[in-house]
Amino acid sequence: MGQMNEDLKREREKCSFNMNDLINLMDGGPDKTKMRREREDIMISRRDAYADIPEEYLSYKEQYEQAVKKSAYVFSLLRRLQHEGKTNLHNYRDVMANFLRSSDVGTGFPIAIHYIMFIPTIMSQASEEQQAQWLQRAWDCNIVGSYAQTELGHGTFIRGLETTATYDPSTKEFVLNSPTLTSYKWWGGGLGQTANYAIVVAQLYTKGECHGVHLFIVQLRDEETHMPLPGIKIGDVGLKMALNGVNNGFLGFNNCRIPRNQMLMKHSQVLEDGTYVRSPNSKLNYGAMVFTRVVIACDMVNYLSKAATIAVRFSAVRRQCQSKAGEPESQILDYLTQQHKLLPAVAACYALKVTAGKLWDTFSIVNEEMIAGNYERLPEIHALSCCLKAIATRDAASFIETCRLACGGHGFTYSSNLPATYCNAVAACTYEGENTVLLLQTARFLAKTWQDIDNENGKLTPTVEYLKTAKVKGYSHEWVNSVENIVYGFQVVSMRKIASCVKSMQTRVASGATFEDAWNMASVQLVSAAEAHCRVMILSTFSSEIKEMTRTTSKEIKRVLEQIVTLYAVYWALERLSDLLQYTTITGAHVDNLRAWYEELLTQLRPNAVGLVDAFDLRDEMLQSTLGAYDGRVYERLMEAALQSPLNAEPVNYTFQKYLKPFLQGKL
Amino acid sequence: MGGRVNEDLIKERRKCTFDIKELTHIIDCGEENTIKRKQIDNYILNIKELWDDVPEEYLSHKERYENAIKKAFIVLKVLRQLHTGNIQITDHRTPTNVYSIQDGIFRNVNPLLIHIGLFWSTIAAQASTEQQAEWLQPDSSMIGTYVQTELGHGSFIRGIETTATYDSTTDEFILHTPRLSAYKWWPGGLGNTANACLVMAQLYINGTCHGLHIFLAQIRDFDTHKPLPGIKVGEIGPKMGFNTADNGFLGFDNHRIPRTNMLMKNVQVLRDGTYVKPKHDKLTYGSMLLTRVTLISDLAYQLSKAATIAVRYSAVRRQSPIKSNEPERQILDFVSQQHKLFITIASSHVYRVVGLWMWNSHKRVTADIHEGNMGQLPELHALACCLKAISSRDASALVEQCRLACGGHGYMMASNLPQIYAYTTAAVTYEGEYTVLLLQTARYLVKFWRLAAEHKPLPQNFAYFEDYIKKNFEQWRNSPEGIIEGFKAIVAGKTKAAYDTLQCNLRNGREFEEAWNMASVQLTNASEAYARSLLCEVFWKETVQLSTKVSKSLAIVLEQLAELYLMYWALEKHGDLLLYSTISRNDIEALQSRYEELLALIRPNAVGLVDAFDIRDEVLCSTLGAYDGRVYERMMEEASKSPLNEDVVNESFHKYIRPVTMKNKL
Repeated sequence: MGQMNEDLKREREKCSFNMNDLINLMDGGPDKTKMRREREDIMISRRDAYADIPEEYLSYKEQYEQAVKKSAYVFSLLRRLQHEGKTNLHNYRDVMANFLRSSDVGTGFPIAIHYIMFIPTIMSQASEEQQAQWLQRAWDCNIVGSYAQTELGHGTFIRGLETTATYDPSTKEFVLNSPTLTSYKWWGGGLGQTANYAIVVAQLYTKGECHGVHLFIVQLRDEETHMPLPGIKIGDVGLKMALNGVNNGFLGFNNCRIPRNQMLMKHSQVLEDGTYVRSPNSKLNYGAMVFTRVVIACDMVNYLSKAATIAVRFSAVRRQCQSKAGEPESQILDYLTQQHKLLPAVAACYALKVTAGKLWDTFSIVNEEMIAGNYERLPEIHALSCCLKAIATRDAASFIETCRLACGGHGFTYSSNLPATYCNAVAACTYEGENTVLLLQTARFLAKTWQDIDNENGKLTPTVEYLKTAKVKGYSHEWVNSVENIVYGFQVVSMRKIASCVKSMQTRVASGATFEDAWNMASVQLVSAAEAHCRVMILSTFSSEIKEMTRTTSKEIKRVLEQIVTLYAVYWALERLSDLLQYTTITGAHVDNLRAWYEELLTQLRPNAVGLVDAFDLRDEMLQSTLGAYDGRVYERLMEAALQSPLNAEPVNYTFQKYLKPFLQGKL
Repeated sequence: MGGRVNEDLIKERRKCTFDIKELTHIIDCGEENTIKRKQIDNYILNIKELWDDVPEEYLSHKERYENAIKKAFIVLKVLRQLHTGNIQITDHRTPTNVYSIQDGIFRNVNPLLIHIGLFWSTIAAQASTEQQAEWLQPDSSMIGTYVQTELGHGSFIRGIETTATYDSTTDEFILHTPRLSAYKWWPGGLGNTANACLVMAQLYINGTCHGLHIFLAQIRDFDTHKPLPGIKVGEIGPKMGFNTADNGFLGFDNHRIPRTNMLMKNVQVLRDGTYVKPKHDKLTYGSMLLTRVTLISDLAYQLSKAATIAVRYSAVRRQSPIKSNEPERQILDFVSQQHKLFITIASSHVYRVVGLWMWNSHKRVTADIHEGNMGQLPELHALACCLKAISSRDASALVEQCRLACGGHGYMMASNLPQIYAYTTAAVTYEGEYTVLLLQTARYLVKFWRLAAEHKPLPQNFAYFEDYIKKNFEQWRNSPEGIIEGFKAIVAGKTKAAYDTLQCNLRNGREFEEAWNMASVQLTNASEAYARSLLCEVFWKETVQLSTKVSKSLAIVLEQLAELYLMYWALEKHGDLLLYSTISRNDIEALQSRYEELLALIRPNAVGLVDAFDIRDEVLCSTLGAYDGRVYERMMEEASKSPLNEDVVNESFHKYIRPVTMKNKL
């Protein structure tokens, strides 16, 4: 360990606010900060126990084996906490999130899905007797589960799944089959070599009738020998862009039989004689999907915060180009173009964190309502979670990539941890609902709301209420450059886009097109309407929540967070200038002022740039980055990381004698 | 493989309205090149050692390098045979797909890429006649690379810290790395492969620094390959891509080389230490300029690969019926999918055409330089900077768009889309970082805007600056020509806005550099607009010209593609058009309709258009994009190659999992 980089030291001295206060504020209180740090300590302090050569040097197979080794370590820690009574079935998600966040398995965990999907699905979809049978075993890790839904041929369009589960009343069993190659399960995490059980999603057939997709718990491998059971064809799907330790697998069934009581029957049931009892409310499954999407939005905040921390610290250390002859080179963080890349990314971390947190709270309320039998707000919250997942993943991925590219060539180096951060985050753009499909789901809700808007006697649900207001008021007054007005401008854009889509669909239908074709023709516009709606949600939530949160904070924190909110709003106004020019009264002169305001904000935030990322409180062990470490010893760390390469362990690689020399001698 | 072609693809191919071969020949720059390419393909396909049984990405970092090196020397030998021993020809850098089979062999990057592509051509361009005679030998022992960037310095090459100090007592240069940040970092093939390199270093004679010059330095023993004394060399470790490129680091500890190892075509250091200046100080950077020009064509090729994979997959993939009682639709029928893919096909053509156009300009300018005329060099430099920046960013964004358009399957390495993305996105930062390059072009734009603002005469290609100042606006036309005019108005409007900000900052007493910095976001916007207007104009003009020389049916399709490109960008930038041109909101709605119409018109030819890129399966290396469309079969076949599937039970189960699962039982 050496000294802290001088530039970073100076940056930290410049910071205008109290670091701990901001950390506590964003965590939700000092006690939450303390708890989070304790969990991180547990993970980090024991890291020596399994330190190895960096995973990126290993072969694919070795990467998997190392990921299993580290998983076993993490889960034994989790179990220790269970014994100590520090975690239970109700709060383990928090604990897990802290653990995964502070672990150094860049390739992902093959056993994570056991906690993220397998156990929660049993909790929400299994009957009480089934929970008694499975939950404790899963919780104690006596069985390791995966979740097998998507197939080679079908992903987001779940109704298209082809795996069948046919009830056989003579033996009181379900017979699982993969009728086609495309029906092979594909992607399940840990499914390849790790899990011995899985929740399987299959089309239920009983008494010759198909009742749509249902969930089944299926044993895949022998608990003792781990050998695949008869009728099971299982393996690893192979290399991916990243997450190569997750052990995503494929799974095919050939008349695999499971007992009747292994269909998860909290909602729908199949009786012994094969009678199908429909679930009283078919929307219940949406609850789990909404939950997962909110979790993804939170994950994105974590990835993006890492990337922003790395890029901002590197930009404070990196000096390039004399702006004036004879002077030292400038920190690249002083370049406006660099601030333009990084500060909106920092602002997006705060915006997404606050918005996802708020959505989480809203979801909890709606969830309580649903338990009480009130499903009124489910369509709304579903639509909201769809677009938020899509926009959070897309924004995060693209800001991360911007941060990576802002580090120049060094950002391409694996040891910067930016490539892995990008590749891990961007996976979320297509998993758990492909983004375009999700935005179209939100658009469907918006179009429906719009068509009902005039007939609507009562109030609209809260998140779409603005559509009515915007419709009534339109945009007639002169544009003003302010945060409130930008939010309002986006509301008008969203309203006008939906209106225009609905109108163009109606025109097409009137001239003979079917609704579906008209929908398809309008889909590019519909996607952009859903995006605009989501931007309204993020902007308005972010700005009102920060107002609320900073009521009692120091004025320094209040000021810097207000600047962040303003920067975020002005950034997106400039990014979506086309829409504002199309639908509001903004003029060229306003645009010039908006640009000047934006440049001013960048300058105002510049002195706090390092402070704002330090406040994410990501320790070096979690960042895993040569460019982003707290001490800023960038070049030393890059060289140290390079020297770990096994290729550098010997002065001459054997290929010289074998290929190069014979070639030079003309013998090859 | 074998097996039948997917039914949907057969149907798609029947629908195609133009002669695919005719387009292939255009893409290859002539039928003779198509024939030559196929000959080379067939020759190389028969060399078994070049083809892996298990994809090389499954290997460890070290094994991947070793595997790539094995192949690299076989390829080098083949190239030598093909050129009858004359590999040092600069023509090797002519934009061409003739050697595209290499993409399939390496799936990543040839560790000898720089040796083949840049080492020899730089010697040919920068070394004196005597030096060339000495070094450019067919039986040369040199495996070389080109060494410029350092740990601490990249695009700002004046900041490079490595020194070459002339010692007149021994007639030698002393190469030295004064500190950690001065270590050379990144050159391909430097880590373990090269035994010689061209080094950029600050030349010092008698205490005076003369700036950057290029030196040839041997770094490893030709016989033992051990690093020479005073040389610290190694590889820099794993990256997002290019993992077989053997990118390396290099430090010198007072390493001595003969005086005659400085490349002395344009500049000399005499025996007594006299420094003879070059005629033009930009000459040293010739290699960089050429690389930026050829990169545009390379990116066009990468785009055609991504488009081929995503379009074929979208024809085969069926998902969710558009109407509830119909069979599932090909996802290519979804307009939102067409919106993602067709722009990629069009962009590949744009960059192919513009790449060639730049190559020809470069040839012309280089010929002029040999005649002693440097006049065109600044313009070429400005064009190359912004086009390199925008082409690399467009290409990587579109490749990623294609990848995401394939859903989760695009995340599989076996789709080859992740590798193509990693390869293209690297180009955004190497050979001149994106923003730095845009700012170079901005200087050029500001120069002409100043002339316009001061009512001084402007060259023909900037006459529109004057029109903009005089508000000579034409009535908006929703046509390609109208859009091109509109884009020029954007360039003028944005350059003006940036220039005004710059002037305003200067008036407020800021120094030029600071004022420039404060205007820099707007300056890059202006450069970006300039690149876009060039791309639109050159592509449209070249397409119109080409249309007169090809069959009618092909001409129609090519014009549709060109129009699609223009409409797409007009819609993407419609806010700028509203700000700076005479377009109205109603015009924009009409543009939107025309754009949707074009998507529908291109739809039946989508597969034909990517077939015309004529990229063979062995080069595509993609389960999703193969010609026969057997997507799911290939995915399963590739999965079976995973080493994890060799053992029914992986040993880690017994070692790590079982102790956990059985603990409570025991």
